Amino acid sequence: MANIISDETIEYVGILAKLELSEEEKEQAKQDMGKMLDYIDKLNELNTEKVEPMTHIFPVMNVFREDIVENGDQREEMLSNAPEQKNGAYMVPQTVE
Amino acid sequence: MAQKQYETVIGLEVHVELATKTKIFCSCSTEFGGEPNTHTCPVCTGMPGSLPVLNKQVVEYAMAVGLATNCEITQYNRFDRKNYFYPDNPQNYQISQLYLPICRNGYVEIETEDGKKKIGIHEIHMEEDAGKLVHDPWEDCSFVDFNRSGVPLIEIVSEPDMRSAEEVIAYLEKLRMTIQYLGASDCKLQEGSMRADVNLSVREVGASEFGTRTEMKNLNSFKAIARAIEGERERQIELIEEGQPVIQETRRWDDNKEYSYAMRSKEDAQDYRYFPEPDLAPVIISQKWIDIVQAKQPEFREAKMTRYQEEFGLPEYDTEIITSYKHLADLFEAAEAICHKPKEVSNWIMGETMRLAKEYELEPEKISFSPEHLAKIIEMVDAGEINRKVAKNVFQKVFTENVDPEEYVEKNGLKSVSDEGALRGVIEEIVAKNPQSVEDYRAGKKKAMGFLVGQTMKAMQGKADPAIVNQILKEILEG
Repeated sequence: MANIISDETIEYVGILAKLELSEEEKEQAKQDMGKMLDYIDKLNELNTEKVEPMTHIFPVMNVFREDIVENGDQREEMLSNAPEQKNGAYMVPQTVE
Repeated sequence: MAQKQYETVIGLEVHVELATKTKIFCSCSTEFGGEPNTHTCPVCTGMPGSLPVLNKQVVEYAMAVGLATNCEITQYNRFDRKNYFYPDNPQNYQISQLYLPICRNGYVEIETEDGKKKIGIHEIHMEEDAGKLVHDPWEDCSFVDFNRSGVPLIEIVSEPDMRSAEEVIAYLEKLRMTIQYLGASDCKLQEGSMRADVNLSVREVGASEFGTRTEMKNLNSFKAIARAIEGERERQIELIEEGQPVIQETRRWDDNKEYSYAMRSKEDAQDYRYFPEPDLAPVIISQKWIDIVQAKQPEFREAKMTRYQEEFGLPEYDTEIITSYKHLADLFEAAEAICHKPKEVSNWIMGETMRLAKEYELEPEKISFSPEHLAKIIEMVDAGEINRKVAKNVFQKVFTENVDPEEYVEKNGLKSVSDEGALRGVIEEIVAKNPQSVEDYRAGKKKAMGFLVGQTMKAMQGKADPAIVNQILKEILEG
């Protein structure tokens, strides 16, 4: 394996992804990430000098909607997915800025 | 030792909510003030598998604002994902534009004490707004309303070209008026349809390098912005004088305490891991499309001010006031087109209209009387059908209830009495009752006439034509 993931990197990625990993999970994640990066590195074997960066897998562009309201009140249906709700709002743990 | 002179360097990030009927990526309504979560769907609540489709009007508004602020329009556009976790954002990413913003390298001109100054616009990009969080003070939880989630925004990023609170406010006013004239947003700071984040640093006058900047959020009035700039400038100068470093951070302005607080700690690093948004196709803007949007641009404030001066002979002062809101300019033009008395219309807008708007605490855009009714009042005064005092009372009714002035005057018997015979009788009676005033007048105290006019108007319940009253009185007194 060419890519070695450091403890600091896995710690940082864990913070960004809001994941709490056990020591065993961290070791496993380091192995997995290293393998993924090795796999992606294969692309470097290709000469991409004259290839435009691709932003979309289909050759489509300018897919638009007209500015017309079509959706009605779907609150009940939407809220039915919420673990907790109150007075028509989603309930989440207290957030402090 | 001479005291050091400091210069404040300010750049602004201004978010503007666009006036589209629907959200940026779904056809939910953007209407403000609905019951929580009644304008939501799988797209704007981030349900797995839902796909965004771009609202064409958002692109056109963004282009219109870009063209009005002298920007280059990016021909090849795409969107990017900005990843972060916060409960107001159910997708765990915001769709924005990082690499290829729709507008770049523009500027607006502001008026300063030293004349005109150009404020550069680095870029304008399109993005979606987040939901709203309400914190429950009693329970240990927050409530989320996603009605605002997916409401289209443009973010206008200026160059660090401003040097004072006055320049910042002039720049914001300029943006507000330009965007309101375009109809692209109502730009209300208090209601959050226009939000400004202030990036500020200080440096010694003459220094070539910028100092370390901080970003201030939560500024929802021009006054708060001015105070926050003063406060932050002083805080940074103090740090520098004490030999301490200014830390690059985001600070939240508390307008009650007039102090800003660091919002994020260093451990909580900002790493948004942007990448191209795979769910949206690129947007290609042709020169033809740009030309179409350009052709639809309205006449902006400066052009209107010049035209009103040249075409209608209005003083610059008048044109400044009646073009300060597009709605006032629209009222002026519509009423003028009917009665062809530009100065009169201008006076009514600058005077009574603004006075009543203030009295009723009404924003100028919310004034709702029809211009036809103002034109009619002006015509009735001109024809001597009502006098100015009555006209003011009628106008108040027009302003508050948009009554038809002709009908209202008729129904309430407010028409001026210009019938000479009827007036002469009343005036003769008043002259007979006030011999002292008559004597005074004849003795050279011309002011006594005013008293007699007043008495006549009172007897006529304000409905006499003052010109005719004056004429008859003069005849009697001097005859």
